[in-house]
Amino acid sequence: MRPGFDEMQVTNDTVREHYRSYQRWLSLQPQDVMRSRREEAEMIFRRVGITFAVYGAKDEDGSGTERLIPFDLIPRVIPADEWGEMERGLHQRVTALNRFIHDVYHEQEIIRADIVPADQIFKNAQFRPEMMGVDVPGGVYSHIAGIDIVRAANPDGSGTYYVLEDNLRVPSGVSYMLENRKMMMRLFPDLFSENRVAPVAHYPDLLLETLRAVAPASVNDPTVVLLTPGMYNSAYFEHAFLAQQMGIELVEGKDLFVRDNFVYMRTTQGPKRVDVVYRRLDDDFLDPLAFRADSTLGCAGLLSVYRAGNVTLANAIGTGVADDKSIYPYVPKMIEFYLGERPILKNVPTYLCREASDLQYVLEHLGELVVKEVHGAGGYGMLVGPASTKDEIADFRKALEANPSGYIAQPTLSLSTCPTFVDSGIAPRHIDLRPFVLSGKTVQMVPGGLTRVALKEGSLVVNSSQGGGTKDTWVLEA
Amino acid sequence: METTAHLATWAQRSRPAPPAVEFERSRAGTLHYTHPTFGHPTETRMLSRTADHLYWMARYMERAENTARMLDVNYQTSLMPQSADAAEKGWKGLLSISELTGDYVKRYGGVNARAVMDYMVSDANNPSSIRCCLMAARENARAVRGTLTTEVWETQNQTWLEFQRMVATGAFQRDPGAAFEWVKFRSHLSRGVTVGTMLQDEAFHFLRIGSFLERADNTARLLDVKFHAVESEFFGPAAANGNGREIEFDFYHWSAILRSVSGFEVYRKAYRNVIQPEKVAELLILRPDMPRSLAACMNEVVTNLSMVANEQSSETLRRAGRLRADLQYGRIDEILATGLHAYLTQFLERVGTLGLGISRDFLVPVEA
Repeated sequence: MRPGFDEMQVTNDTVREHYRSYQRWLSLQPQDVMRSRREEAEMIFRRVGITFAVYGAKDEDGSGTERLIPFDLIPRVIPADEWGEMERGLHQRVTALNRFIHDVYHEQEIIRADIVPADQIFKNAQFRPEMMGVDVPGGVYSHIAGIDIVRAANPDGSGTYYVLEDNLRVPSGVSYMLENRKMMMRLFPDLFSENRVAPVAHYPDLLLETLRAVAPASVNDPTVVLLTPGMYNSAYFEHAFLAQQMGIELVEGKDLFVRDNFVYMRTTQGPKRVDVVYRRLDDDFLDPLAFRADSTLGCAGLLSVYRAGNVTLANAIGTGVADDKSIYPYVPKMIEFYLGERPILKNVPTYLCREASDLQYVLEHLGELVVKEVHGAGGYGMLVGPASTKDEIADFRKALEANPSGYIAQPTLSLSTCPTFVDSGIAPRHIDLRPFVLSGKTVQMVPGGLTRVALKEGSLVVNSSQGGGTKDTWVLEA
Repeated sequence: METTAHLATWAQRSRPAPPAVEFERSRAGTLHYTHPTFGHPTETRMLSRTADHLYWMARYMERAENTARMLDVNYQTSLMPQSADAAEKGWKGLLSISELTGDYVKRYGGVNARAVMDYMVSDANNPSSIRCCLMAARENARAVRGTLTTEVWETQNQTWLEFQRMVATGAFQRDPGAAFEWVKFRSHLSRGVTVGTMLQDEAFHFLRIGSFLERADNTARLLDVKFHAVESEFFGPAAANGNGREIEFDFYHWSAILRSVSGFEVYRKAYRNVIQPEKVAELLILRPDMPRSLAACMNEVVTNLSMVANEQSSETLRRAGRLRADLQYGRIDEILATGLHAYLTQFLERVGTLGLGISRDFLVPVEA
């Protein structure tokens, strides 16, 4: 049995300092009260319609299914000093990543300095030659970044934070962070008078400020819109929620059109110019004239307007080149290269299967490693060695040998656990954290982020599409 | 199935985006208007698609209510002693109101109370069933939930969730009266929460236009079919020698029509008289103070339409105004002289054209 790290308990009867106040409160709550609170939360989420659509799943009558993301009542608590360190690390990391993307599409100094191999960039499907030489406002590419962080147990019983993944394209989940806090305050108001929990509700304000700050330079009072693939997208609730919170129009591709190299939206009073598009749509679907011709979700001609600097897209086109799992191993070096600083946040040690020696090691240790498809997302296309059967490992080995450069491997981390209210009572479950980092004129974030929890006992997969839930995340003010 | 604009459903309305050239005709400036009382500049424009969803959300909610009203009256009437033939006639009439007789017969065969109720309440393949209307209203609301107040959205969402629960637990079979009453009250709530919480901007006006255009359509259909259901010609030459035997039946027939539009007490109050067919027709067509009459509906449509007028909408506004003027200055004896059925058929056509015009000028054009 590997050593574990629990966010609350040190041992069965000692509790970490920053959880003491909460734990005292929790020990006084009868289970049936907690249970009825959980039902209440579920009822409210359903009524408010905080749901996500499951791809491909259909009800018996053929309409798409909407599911709730299970909400756990027990918060994940982060002490002020840990958050302070993490915040500095996120600031640093996202700044370097933005510098990297700018570099990739301009001078490519990092390639010439032999830090990132050229083919890792140019052979990457997310590299967009259309962006070469295009200047974006403020040199910011990933205005909204979601950085996935886990804490892993060390042999001595302590824990270390690692960045697991950078999400620089269209990271989602922030609405759950906001709704989870609202729900906690509604269900347990007394907790918030007893604990100094840093507020997060100003996130939409920061987001709007960020989006306005990156409007084309010639525009004084920019019109910002949120572009959604539509109500059947799994994150539609979040799109509608953010648009409403910011007071901006929620548009679909068919609401937009291009004329004279500007983007307009169709309104009841005729066309209206759009200056900033917070797009929640992948690059591929943005513009049928430039990318996938069969996309009905985008707006024909958008890329040309964008390249002319007449509209800002957030995030920029081509940010995927930096959040690919094959680029991830180079991020610490990027930080040193661009900023001349030592990385504050750690990377998980990573084996690049494209390199023969790494591949050999990985093939020999499949049973101990987590192997991930370089372009996979959402927990699909990965092998968790220790949790897999012999057959699964054998199948995966074939896939890996057929296309080694499509995979990376990492040691299985012993992810930290957090007490979670499950059917059998309170039990430890594995968690991660996704803070949302905003880059406009400055880099900003709200304290904490979205904590996801793997509700199945022993499971390490926190994705909502695979049985994950979420928790409120508290950063305690010092 | 008959395809009319009236029956266009969420799923069927796959409309191509209008070409950009359409907008070249519209004005470029005047983004702001000044509120007459407060002087705050208000951004009035909204996405055409958003307006479209609001308009259809309101229409479907209103349609759900009217379907519930018609079902309720038929159900109540069926509790009275009457011949099997008369009962069947009532249910048949209900199907023909919604132009659904063909679809029903094809899928269900014979007309009986239970089957028609199922078909009109919970059938997922009947675009006019209460189920489909409530789902379409909710889906339209969901598509623009950011434009609605939280209360409006939650009302729509909860109506749909609760409706599903009621169907699953057999509420419509156990106590149809109470269940239909519930639908009516959810519609009242939906409208009330709109009026009570929403900024009176374009979004609001499109919601109102949707409600009242749909209601005008539904009231006209109800009148038409109910008058038709009674095969004796009330207003033709035969009316002159109508005999006493029918009086009792007439009373229940007319009072059923009135009750279906919450008009029974209103009638008594307005006329202080026994129920007379031509007065019922007058109440439901011409009285501007009767909230479900054609005249009252058209007043609302015209008022709200004038608030959202744009450069290309003058013809639609003219048609709406003309229709209202005809009701405002019309007389019931003239209408009856030309024949009620002919009059209502023409009215429905004009309402249909008006709906198409509104979609074309402001919203997302409906496929013809």
